[in-house]
Amino acid sequence: MNRRMVWFGELTTPAQLYRRGLWFLLPAAIWILGLLVIPGLSLVALSFAERGQYGEVVWNFSLENYRRLLGYGIFGWSPDTILILLRSLWVAFVTTLICIVLAYPLAFFIASRPPRTRYLWLALVIIPFWTNLVIRTYAWQMLLAPDFPFAKLAQALGLLAPDSGLYPSPLAVYIGMITAFLPFVVMPLFSSVERLDWSLVEAAQDLYASRIRTFFQAIWPQTLPGLTVGIILTFIPAMGMFVIPDLLGGAKYLLVGNLIQQQFYASRDWPYGAAVSLGLMVMTLIGLAIYRRRGKDVDLV
Amino acid sequence: MRLNPLISSAALATLAFLYLPMLAVAVLSFNKTRYGLQWSGFTWDWYVRLFSNPDILEAARNTFVLALVSTLIATVLGTLFAIALERYPWPRRSQGFLENLLYLPVVTPDIIFAVALVVAFGAFRAVSSLFEPGLFTMVLGHVTFQIAFVALTVRSRLKSLGHELDEAARDLYASYGYYVRRVLLPLLTPGIVAGAMLAFTLSLDDFVISFFTAGPTSQTLPLLIYASVRRGVTPEIHALSTLIFLVTVLLVLASERLTRR
Repeated sequence: MNRRMVWFGELTTPAQLYRRGLWFLLPAAIWILGLLVIPGLSLVALSFAERGQYGEVVWNFSLENYRRLLGYGIFGWSPDTILILLRSLWVAFVTTLICIVLAYPLAFFIASRPPRTRYLWLALVIIPFWTNLVIRTYAWQMLLAPDFPFAKLAQALGLLAPDSGLYPSPLAVYIGMITAFLPFVVMPLFSSVERLDWSLVEAAQDLYASRIRTFFQAIWPQTLPGLTVGIILTFIPAMGMFVIPDLLGGAKYLLVGNLIQQQFYASRDWPYGAAVSLGLMVMTLIGLAIYRRRGKDVDLV
Repeated sequence: MRLNPLISSAALATLAFLYLPMLAVAVLSFNKTRYGLQWSGFTWDWYVRLFSNPDILEAARNTFVLALVSTLIATVLGTLFAIALERYPWPRRSQGFLENLLYLPVVTPDIIFAVALVVAFGAFRAVSSLFEPGLFTMVLGHVTFQIAFVALTVRSRLKSLGHELDEAARDLYASYGYYVRRVLLPLLTPGIVAGAMLAFTLSLDDFVISFFTAGPTSQTLPLLIYASVRRGVTPEIHALSTLIFLVTVLLVLASERLTRR
């Protein structure tokens, strides 16, 4: 360990070098440990506590919150929370799927532009995503309102009762989610498409593969690394989202993010809120484990 | 590469879909009527009123102070972290631990992050009155997620630089301080600036962390917009949203130029 080495004109050892590097490292590491890791651990501790009569935290060890998470309440078993968790999974899944379907043409379109304008087109995709999420979500409220052409058209087609809007509804939540997450799929997918080995595609065509077969056997496998990153970047935050279902979903279409927010505000049941948060974190970690296995060669950001 | 026209039109339609919400807001911000979506004539009025609304000006000030202070802190800490991670010979296991620490703020769903901060600040308050909800707690929260993005941006720049210039500096007997000042920092500047701009935009945009860590007096623009969406929107909010959109476009274009250099 105490191998001597020369480093910028000094005779030093690796141990001395670590000590020097530690000064660069410590401020940020302490910040993240103190304001993310320790708070996260206190969330774990909190989930085993109880709610007091007035919404205060009572530090009695109990598994009650996890029983509730699984649906066992004072009125017997009801799967409300499980349904919300499953719905969050489902909404995140459908959102991701539609984003993938929409992202492919966009990624290929950008990659087919001449190099000089390519990054301008990419910037065009990214710009809406830098616009505040609350604003974009609110804009969809307006666009889906009863007197806007979309709702008028649906009313004329008989899909919608007269004078009612397209929001609040599950459809509105999906639209909001797709606008929020599409760029997260397009960007990594584009970087994969840009590096595509076209000779494989030509080979497939020379061998008379159908278009569909060409796509799934010559293009799809090559875009898998970028796609995996896109899926992770979309699926995880989509599960925890609370702004979009709050503004576009109405009271009946809650996702787990809304449930957590309610526990910390309206119901003032912090321990239960902490338990629900941990449920969400577990789902997130499972998603990440998949990422670790599939998308190793791509950076997350 | 030749592209099927069907694919191009699908791509352009998707792009239009992404811009539709912003376009609608921008058009309405010039609409004369106060209520409803019917077009009734062009006016600058809402923009004028925007700048005489004390609540909005206060929120704008808070948003910028918050973004500026937290970006400054996060840029320094994140840059140091990236240099330490890339340029010191850590044992493989610590390197893995440090990388996980760096990715943690990126992959934690922001609602969990926010709720954890609420709990932690509650506990810290028992010890010190410093942690009353307000701009200070918001800065603490914002820096935590910004550090990771700055560090990742600077780190990718460090990786693309390679080690040749380090070695050249060493061979030419530069001291470590001289190397940092005259070699490392100038070369890293584009990465640092890009990371700082990313952090700044993330802070301007953030709603969830701010929502949970804000105090009664520390309204920011996203919080204000959220509150007015729940209360019923005024055309000033359309004007405000349009202005924010324009500022964001300028920031994105500027950072595009910087990162490409």
